[in-house]
Amino acid sequence: MVRYNLIQIPVLRTLLTNRWPQLIIRALALAGFLLAILAGFVGTPVGNRNFAIIMVWIAWWALLIMVAVPLFGRGWCSICPIPIPGEWLQNGTILGPLKKKSGFGLKMRWPNKFRNIWLQNVAFTVLALFSIVILTQPRITGIVLLALILIAVGTSFIFERRTFCRYLCPVGGFIGLYSQVSPIEVRVRDTSVCAGHKVKTCYTGNEDGYGCPWGIFPGGMVKNTNCGTCMECLRTCPYDNIAVNLRPPGTDLLQLRGRKLDEAFKAFIMLGSAVVYSVVLIGPWGALKTAAFAVGSFAWWGYALSFLAFVYLLLPGIFYLAVRFISQNVPGKRKPLRMFTEYAYALVPLGLAAWIAFSLSFIFTNVSYLWSVLSDPFSWGWNLFGAANSSWTPYFSKYVPAVQVLVLIVGLFWSITVIQRISGERTLSEYKPWRTWPVVAYSAFVTVGLLWLLVG
Amino acid sequence: MRHKQTRKQIIEIFPRQSWFWSLIGVVSLGIVFVPIPSTFSQPVEKTLRVEASTFEFTPAVLSVNPGDLVTIELNSTDVVHGLYLDGYDIQITAQPGQTAYLKFVADARGTFRFRCSVSCGALHPFMIGKLKVGPDLLLWRGVGMAVLAALAAVWSFHSWSAIT
Repeated sequence: MVRYNLIQIPVLRTLLTNRWPQLIIRALALAGFLLAILAGFVGTPVGNRNFAIIMVWIAWWALLIMVAVPLFGRGWCSICPIPIPGEWLQNGTILGPLKKKSGFGLKMRWPNKFRNIWLQNVAFTVLALFSIVILTQPRITGIVLLALILIAVGTSFIFERRTFCRYLCPVGGFIGLYSQVSPIEVRVRDTSVCAGHKVKTCYTGNEDGYGCPWGIFPGGMVKNTNCGTCMECLRTCPYDNIAVNLRPPGTDLLQLRGRKLDEAFKAFIMLGSAVVYSVVLIGPWGALKTAAFAVGSFAWWGYALSFLAFVYLLLPGIFYLAVRFISQNVPGKRKPLRMFTEYAYALVPLGLAAWIAFSLSFIFTNVSYLWSVLSDPFSWGWNLFGAANSSWTPYFSKYVPAVQVLVLIVGLFWSITVIQRISGERTLSEYKPWRTWPVVAYSAFVTVGLLWLLVG
Repeated sequence: MRHKQTRKQIIEIFPRQSWFWSLIGVVSLGIVFVPIPSTFSQPVEKTLRVEASTFEFTPAVLSVNPGDLVTIELNSTDVVHGLYLDGYDIQITAQPGQTAYLKFVADARGTFRFRCSVSCGALHPFMIGKLKVGPDLLLWRGVGMAVLAALAAVWSFHSWSAIT
């Protein structure tokens, strides 16, 4: 498949290999993150006037889901502020590696049985169940952000590398899943060079950089899922064998290796969450919003159990039945659970489209709050940029629904092409498009449901 | 080797299939732009009373016909609430216990969200209702496009696999 190595562009090579640009961006992100925590605790309790709520759940979320993930995959992870303090502590330095071994921590290996994203699935689900409170209460947002950074520091102290990012971060799990659609990838140029390189400095590190913080050997990497795009391998490879490729989007979805049930379930958790949020947050049903907000009440338990049943049982259950129907009509014995895992990857584009379409519903409506919170982050009467008193103004309200429809249609088309490719990849000679109709119908039905919820 | 051959064949086959993508393009343009005939009664004056309370509008879904002269009577039962109508970009604010009036001609068709425009509490950004003006053409055109996209995606791969 066609690839273009962006490292051939001298400016990009300099920007990606030099540590300073990354450090400056990360330091700014960390400052913003700490300011958000502070605003959460000492700022106004009015959510739409608080820096923490608007900066994190409107500005950051918009950039993440609409720009960073679709275009750069795990690009956000390379500048994410959450692991920074723990990483500095672990390395014993802020910039490059020191000649003398330094740093703090036990550097233990993460247990083998947790080397998957099930814990991330659970972490995301827990946050999702409380998300209506987290999204609207500055103090709760502050507590969650602080907890994330403390857990990351604790994890870095006990375990090696960026264990928190790879196995625990509730956001990292879905960024990894959706990074498969990205048109950017970090890969080796020639695997035989890696095979012949005995030291594997990309994994162990050298004076030019750290060993892969994500614990990956780039020579064996075939998908974006676990690559944090930190560019350490670009710095440590003595053979200049690392490429940052521009590639056809979604290439990883057709990769036969590395399809796992934990990631497959992530696809359902994300798709299901987008549907539930579209019902609860964008829908006109006030009772549902109140139930989701009243944590611990009888109504909230009803909401929480319905959420879990929909995301973990109903959506994957129906999909499993659809796949099972296909498995009975394909030549050769194929285990339905294996096929379930494989076909679930086809829902990745639709899931991402669902999240973008859902996010469009509230981002352009509420982004105008950003101007006032930037001018007065704590609502203490400051007016740093002269916009503290700017009024709420929804943007593009005439056009957003049409864009949402377009995004969902593109997601559906993309998903169905992936369904067809997955269907044909093992039995191409006997491929029949009609055999996939249950999964195609499933995807179309979910899309129509989302259309109704978001623009109907 | 087989993979390489397949790719070569795709490159060869797709120009020959330009008729297919042209057809998809024409049909999608039809779905998006062809006017759908619909009959409505003569425009009338319509008054809709809406109660606003934390964090919902009652009724939350309003329906009028295109061209109606609509008056929304917004009555707030607890704190100050507002009503901003997406697409029309108009709004009013109602003090507790008082009624505010929003008068407009429903000249844009479709389904439009209306939302509270005054910070009224934690769930304020999600206090949302819907105004339906005639049939929801955007939704139906979207459903049509979804069906077309599904068929096109299946057919495009079918054509590709048929030659491999």
